[in-house]
Amino acid sequence: MSEAAIRTQGLSKTFGGRRTLLGRTRHEIRAVKDVSLELRRGETLAVVGESGSGKSTLARMLVGLEEPTSGRIRIGGRDAMEMRREGPRAFGRMIQYVFQDPVASLNPRKSIGQILDAPLQILCRYDHSGRRERIQELLDAVQMPGDTLSRYPHEFSGGQAQRIAIARALAAEAEIMVLDEPVSALDVSVQAQVLLLLRDLKRRFALSYLVISHDLAVVEAISDRVAVMHFGDIVEEAPAGRLFADPQHDYTRKLLASAPRIRKE
Amino acid sequence: MSVPVELQVEPAGISARLSSWRLLMNNRLAAAGLVALVLIGMAMLLVPVLPLADPDVTAPADRLKPVLAAGHPLGTDQLGRDMLSRLLWGARVSVAVGFAATLIAAVIGSAIGLVAGYAGGRTDNLMMRGIDMLMAFPYILLALAIVAALGPGLMNALYAIAVVNIPFFARNVRGVTLGLARREFVDAARLSGKGHLAVLATEVLPNVLPVIVITMSTTAGWMILETAGLSFLGLGAQPPQADLGSMLGEGRAQLFTAPHVSIVPGLMIFLLVISLNVLGDGIRDVLDPRLRSGALARPGPVTDIAADRGSFEPGARGSALSIRNLETGFLSAGGFVPAVRSVSLDLAPGECLGLIGESGSGKSVTALSVMGLVASPPGFIRDGAIYLGDEDVLAMSQTRLIASRGSRVAYIFQDPLTSLHPMYPIGRQVEEAIGAHQRMGRGERREKAVALLEKVGIPDARDRAAHYPHQLSGGQRQRVGIAMALANDPDIIIADEPTTALDVTVQARILELLRDLQRERNLALLFITHDFGVVAEICDRVAVMRDGEIVETGPTGKVLASPQHAYTRRLIACVPELGLGDTFLDRIEHLFKQPKAEAQT
Repeated sequence: MSEAAIRTQGLSKTFGGRRTLLGRTRHEIRAVKDVSLELRRGETLAVVGESGSGKSTLARMLVGLEEPTSGRIRIGGRDAMEMRREGPRAFGRMIQYVFQDPVASLNPRKSIGQILDAPLQILCRYDHSGRRERIQELLDAVQMPGDTLSRYPHEFSGGQAQRIAIARALAAEAEIMVLDEPVSALDVSVQAQVLLLLRDLKRRFALSYLVISHDLAVVEAISDRVAVMHFGDIVEEAPAGRLFADPQHDYTRKLLASAPRIRKE
Repeated sequence: MSVPVELQVEPAGISARLSSWRLLMNNRLAAAGLVALVLIGMAMLLVPVLPLADPDVTAPADRLKPVLAAGHPLGTDQLGRDMLSRLLWGARVSVAVGFAATLIAAVIGSAIGLVAGYAGGRTDNLMMRGIDMLMAFPYILLALAIVAALGPGLMNALYAIAVVNIPFFARNVRGVTLGLARREFVDAARLSGKGHLAVLATEVLPNVLPVIVITMSTTAGWMILETAGLSFLGLGAQPPQADLGSMLGEGRAQLFTAPHVSIVPGLMIFLLVISLNVLGDGIRDVLDPRLRSGALARPGPVTDIAADRGSFEPGARGSALSIRNLETGFLSAGGFVPAVRSVSLDLAPGECLGLIGESGSGKSVTALSVMGLVASPPGFIRDGAIYLGDEDVLAMSQTRLIASRGSRVAYIFQDPLTSLHPMYPIGRQVEEAIGAHQRMGRGERREKAVALLEKVGIPDARDRAAHYPHQLSGGQRQRVGIAMALANDPDIIIADEPTTALDVTVQARILELLRDLQRERNLALLFITHDFGVVAEICDRVAVMRDGEIVETGPTGKVLASPQHAYTRRLIACVPELGLGDTFLDRIEHLFKQPKAEAQT
């Protein structure tokens, strides 16, 4: 258990840059540059940055949706590449991902029951009755009513869809969750509820969270440590309390100063 | 909040399904095509049991009997065979071959399209270049070549037609798959442990299916025509078997002495193909969500306004904008659904009023109602008055209202990437905004546009004016949007979530710009947002909206510090703030504890 949940070393991702047939080099974008970070077990690490900072690319690499150009990822003490070679099962049971746009991440032509069934069947290999039981538990965990299962994604509001997406990620029984802007598409009161839900689930299932966000106030409310990303680099990393009280890097200071506040001192 | 939505869900689902059928039936041509097809189909299915003469028995004595001859309602052909019998048997063969070819082409073509679109890269390239090669030949030449290689016969004709039509399916399906394969739900399915094949079959295919059905319904008629074409050339059905094309071919020699021998099968082909085509068009219109949502129904220039609205006096004296008892909503099959109810607002010159609410609270509809910009149909202003100074906008003539847009009230929208035209340089778009209301020479107009761009803080405005929207960053694009709003010196600017799509550092600078411009020009600013932080930064007063009504209005500082309405209190409590740290969640926990039903939003 001493091993970190996620540890990356010199992780980089470059888009383009390959030579075309005529030998010209295409325009190259270095989305993530040499990022090394660590998510400890049971903690919440937030990666903060503005659009184009590479934070989503980083998250997608961690869950295997994007191939790193160079660098290494270790998840739960094992090499991610090695695990992926064993098939999606070993990987999916270790780490799961929650998408930014909950409605887009649910197939419009599948009922919620079918959507939740897939990870239970493929990743956990439960039999029919076991799956039914687990689905009920999952719905209870994310506080959705039982008639949810026969309905389709478009029938739900953004907040409800995000609960369903979280239930799907939980279904795999992974201990590590990568949450990509989990509340940025939601209204504030719904956002508050989803944040509470995430906290409760974390305590209940001993999860480790890596949260990607651009909203500093949300990050401060939920994270233990914060890493600030700027143009593909991590410019500052510190425990949440210290980073917000005493930012070291100029960019962090600028971010904090720009955030709109309700009560000005 | 979500409870009424949930209650509506079931009936809405059923009525949506009902209305697909009704929509199809409302299309008279498609309905007629469907009826014709059903009749022909029934006749063909019943052919074996109908008391018809044997289609292949010749009777040279009875040859070339005209239509309506005794015992032969459609006459006989050059060998004395009964035309009615041959027509029905022949149509059966033609339709069967046509549909079989459609099915084969659909299965193979869709499979190629799915794999190519999903795999992308080199696989896609290879497969699609193969398809291009198929398309490079004129289709009839290719079919002829295939039949020539395989030998004449109905089955070979079927293969030829199927092969020739594979590209239509492959290309259509690939296009749709390409868009779907990068969608988040496909990524999500992969993380659920599904392999590529499972993702294709269970996630992508159900979403592509409507496209396949549409392509099938629009090509089936074409395929029947091609079958007939090959048979006409003697490469399809072989004598004595009847088939519409071969009947046409055999009747050709008697075209002048006994025209009915070729006209009868010709009419049948015509009837089949035309009814398939009109039905296919009807199905496409019903299944295409874009056509269905009424995207092609052009909205009127001004929102429809009820004739019998009450009369309302303007509010506070000297207001730049005074909205009284506004009720705007949408007309649907079920009647009028209000989105905004009895909203009254006053905006003084030089004041910034924030209109805040969650999604669906009616804040954008309120803003769009001011200049009659809610799309009609289905938008409808049922009641209320909107005063610009002392003139009621809703009582203005259409031309006067349109002339007031931009010159007296200007809008700034949320996403400048969608509100700017992608094909014109930004300078030209600002010039266009100026030209809409002011008559001046081209050179002068250009100078003014550059001055405006400079005013909103675009560096090197003169050079930048020649750039296209995609060459600018999000913040700069929004600055162009602001420049266009300022172009005609309006008294009022309505900004609808102008900074929501922007990063915080950029947002801070845009808010600063808006505040400076507002002070300098004494503008009245109606600022719509969902963000209390932004309201605190820029607004003098704030109105809180919920479910189409204003629940609380007051000076910003007062509303934020001591909200009177329970909803406002709750909303403000839910906003996480810097400096609260992890105490925030503990603080809001009790808000969602007691009513269990509320937590299920």
